[in-house]
Amino acid sequence: MDATMAMYVAQGLHGLAYGMLLFLVASGLTLIFGMMGILTLAHAAFFMLAAYFGFQVLQITQNFWMALIVAPVAVGILGVLCERFLIRKAHVMGHIGELILTVGVALVIMDAVKAIWGTESLYLKVPEYLQGLVSIGGLEYPIYRLFIIGMALLLLIILALILYKTRLGLIVRAAVSDADMVNALGVNVPLVFMLVFGVGTWMAGVAGVAIAPILTVFPGLADQMGMDAYIIVVVGGFGSLSGAFLVSIIFGLLSSYGVQFISQLAPVLMFIFMAIVLIIKPAGIFGERED
Amino acid sequence: MLLEVKNLNTYYGDSHVLQDMSLSVNDGEIVALLGRNGMGKSTTLKSIIGLVKPKSGKVIYQGKDLTGGHPFKVVREGIGYVPEDRRIFPNLSVFDNLKMGIKSGKAGQKASKSQWDLDRIYKHFPVLKERSAQRGSTLSGGEQQMLAIGRTLMGSPDLLLVDEPTEGLSPHFVKEVRDVLEEINKAGVSILLVEHNLKVAMSLANRVYLMGKAHLGFSGTVEELNDNPEIRAKYLEV
Ligand SMILES: Nc1ncnc2c1ncn2[C@@H]1O[C@H](COP(=O)(O)OP(=O)(O)OP(=O)(O)O)[C@@H](O)[C@H]1O
Ligand SMILES: [Mg+2]
Repeated sequence: MDATMAMYVAQGLHGLAYGMLLFLVASGLTLIFGMMGILTLAHAAFFMLAAYFGFQVLQITQNFWMALIVAPVAVGILGVLCERFLIRKAHVMGHIGELILTVGVALVIMDAVKAIWGTESLYLKVPEYLQGLVSIGGLEYPIYRLFIIGMALLLLIILALILYKTRLGLIVRAAVSDADMVNALGVNVPLVFMLVFGVGTWMAGVAGVAIAPILTVFPGLADQMGMDAYIIVVVGGFGSLSGAFLVSIIFGLLSSYGVQFISQLAPVLMFIFMAIVLIIKPAGIFGERED
Repeated sequence: MLLEVKNLNTYYGDSHVLQDMSLSVNDGEIVALLGRNGMGKSTTLKSIIGLVKPKSGKVIYQGKDLTGGHPFKVVREGIGYVPEDRRIFPNLSVFDNLKMGIKSGKAGQKASKSQWDLDRIYKHFPVLKERSAQRGSTLSGGEQQMLAIGRTLMGSPDLLLVDEPTEGLSPHFVKEVRDVLEEINKAGVSILLVEHNLKVAMSLANRVYLMGKAHLGFSGTVEELNDNPEIRAKYLEV
């Protein structure tokens, strides 16, 4: 294989890795929206918070795996508490109340992070064996990107198995289209909401820790990823996991190949893509919700 | 008395859509709740099941106060709800829709007068068996109504609240739904039925409640209503 080809492949791999991480963030966002009817604006803040938690755990334990496991779980628990004691309380005020509340949570997280860790970029080092390149079939791949793709794929498979093979998954899929009806069939929907919120936040947390070694840890981390994830939910179709997956991968590839060919236009590409999709299908690619 | 609803007052924002609404259902009965559009029939059912919260009044079921509880808690006590617009889960298969009606945990073990499972549902609704792998959204209106009733029956309720089951159905399906409700009642399930089709309602019900705007207008037996053209004219005829 020649050098140009190798570059394309490497670039594609970067895009794929970013796309998978985008999906980890967007899948929780879209499930939460489908069930609860709110696009939580705290989601990207939790993603960023997990990166800081990961940095802190790594400082203390010197163990990357501990960071990757403990930090997202901690953020997931925060998510559960946030749903149980804040968002649920705001429910009586309607979606606007809940929405404003999630903005509040995002601002609090943002300021807390700045107060505790400052605004400088922090570095999260991966273990020796995840650094560098591996050569497969004459091509060099960055090991860490492969690791991210593999890990995200594993999570994706587990998520799909739960959603399509278990009773809990059935309940979640039903609740995404009509939570009140699920409630009126005898399912403890508030509990399911809390669980989905927790799992969604946890997945965003996994993405936050996983991306930290690539982008470093800084307060602005939430902005780019957050914007992309929200666009993905809209373009993929509110509440649609397959839509979120497809668009995440497209976005990942667009951003990496976009940088390659027309660097100043890369972010614009996504907006063009979004505009085209929304003109053709206003409810998003897999959108089915009417309200 | 199986269900007693006392002086419910329910609001949507500022509009007072139930004013001191009361009714009751005895064990084994079919009770019809009739009235013109927008009088508050659906809101009465929703207030019982907990989908809207009444401001005051009481919902007593088998002696237990269920007023304003979460729908899932009310349902777990043994009340089933078949909503007005059927609300089939469009992306789920017919089979999965039915599975959604199964109550898990303790509520699932609770004994009821009439135990239902998939086989029994399929026997009553053969069309659901034929279409079990199809997505809910692909069913016809009549089939969706069967599915909505079957799904709720999977939870083996003792009392079924059914909101306009024959609305928009062809005469064939109207009869089918009517007969199914009769069979279900014979099997031991009490029914509170909201229905626009007077013939269907009168042929099924033991007792009738008529609603005027937001309040109870008349209550009595089917015979009493039959003998009372003025009342019928006042609350039913357009
Ligand atoms: N979600 C809502 N928000 C505001 N007002 C509502 C809502 N649902 C119903 N209403 C109003 O409350 C009143 C009672 O509605 P309800 O649906 O209970 O009537 P209904 O007797 O079931 O009518 P129909 O026979 O047309 O189904 C109506 O005036 C209706 O417009
Ligand atoms: Mg109605």
